[in-house]
Amino acid sequence: MSEPSDHRDDLAGLIACPECDLVYTAPQVAMRQRAVCARCHTVLIAPRRKAGKQLIALALTVLILIVAATFFPFLSIGAGGMHHDASILQAAFVFEGGLSVLSIAVLFFIVLIPALRLVLLIYVLAPIIRDRPPAPLARSAFRLSESLLPWSMAEIFAIGCAVALVKLSDLADVVFGPAAWMFAVLVVLVVATDNLMCRYSIWASLDE
Amino acid sequence: MGLVGCTRCMRVSHSGTQICPRCGSALQSRDPFSLQKVWAWWLLGLGCYIPANIYPMLETRTLVSTQSDTIVGGAVTLAQHGNWGVALIILVASVVIPVAKFFALAGLGIGVWRGSRLSERQRHLLYEVVEYIGRWSMIDVFVVAILSSLVQLQALATITPGRASLFFALSVIFTMLSAQSFDSRLIWDSARRPDRKEDTHP
Repeated sequence: MSEPSDHRDDLAGLIACPECDLVYTAPQVAMRQRAVCARCHTVLIAPRRKAGKQLIALALTVLILIVAATFFPFLSIGAGGMHHDASILQAAFVFEGGLSVLSIAVLFFIVLIPALRLVLLIYVLAPIIRDRPPAPLARSAFRLSESLLPWSMAEIFAIGCAVALVKLSDLADVVFGPAAWMFAVLVVLVVATDNLMCRYSIWASLDE
Repeated sequence: MGLVGCTRCMRVSHSGTQICPRCGSALQSRDPFSLQKVWAWWLLGLGCYIPANIYPMLETRTLVSTQSDTIVGGAVTLAQHGNWGVALIILVASVVIPVAKFFALAGLGIGVWRGSRLSERQRHLLYEVVEYIGRWSMIDVFVVAILSSLVQLQALATITPGRASLFFALSVIFTMLSAQSFDSRLIWDSARRPDRKEDTHP
């Protein structure tokens, strides 16, 4: 952005707020500082030093946690001498008969979509941090990853575990299993990933 | 200005450009069907929210009894057992927030259509809250899944999900789609055109 090039149109230096459409000249934002829309307060640019590497590290960690947490029990219950524990796969497949479509939706929301998003993010970022040209279809991959964001609900499921625990604590002895702790870590990491990611910086580096 | 901005990567292009040169998203200065889509999803969401409250969310079978609880019924039962805190959380999460979301989305739609007493900043904040909270309503469906998979203690107690869980999930999905269809740039258009009210009511 520092050297003006005449073969690209002059609009490349402008940005429009995605929420309210106010147009700015893209400012040079220092590391750890944020450019915020003056009208609607949406964060526009928020670059972080080595964000790419940290994002890949976070994404890999979360991916491993999701895969592992899928199979381990997340809660176990004991009452009257009986004992039962449940994994995420069991939780997803409790919806039977006419409700079975909900099983598939739950599996997508808490396992498949979050995992796909992270794989796409790693695929997009890996060449960028090594200063290589973007991977083939990197723009489509990042676009898909971004549009899946609202449908990735692993962290909501983690809070759901806590609610279920509170609900049942009067009736039975409920204990967190290994997957519940994995999901607790996952909530923190998902929030960290969101704070670290500067979409503008990623799009700008895919543009070069 | 003869320009169009990309809502995904913020790139600015000349108006008439169909595809964003930076990220490849389809470009539209404003989505002309934004409000139609918002209302269509809104109605579907509301349509599913009603059966979600009529049918049972959970069916609990114990040694002595079988009990079906609707969303509100379950909260009332909890309150009768003295669990006021949990009952309140359930009421807020599954009744107050979804209902408030329907009102907020309707308010945003009406606000674009015929102006609003709220300032653009306030309406934008409202939109951001609705968009952020939307997905968190799914927590109810997950809690039902967790409870049903966990409480499988043969004769002692079993919990199975009721029909309302599907309607509730659909209602959450439809309201999320409604919020996503809302083009937030429409809120700010009225700020630049104070004569808009007269335009729509000749």
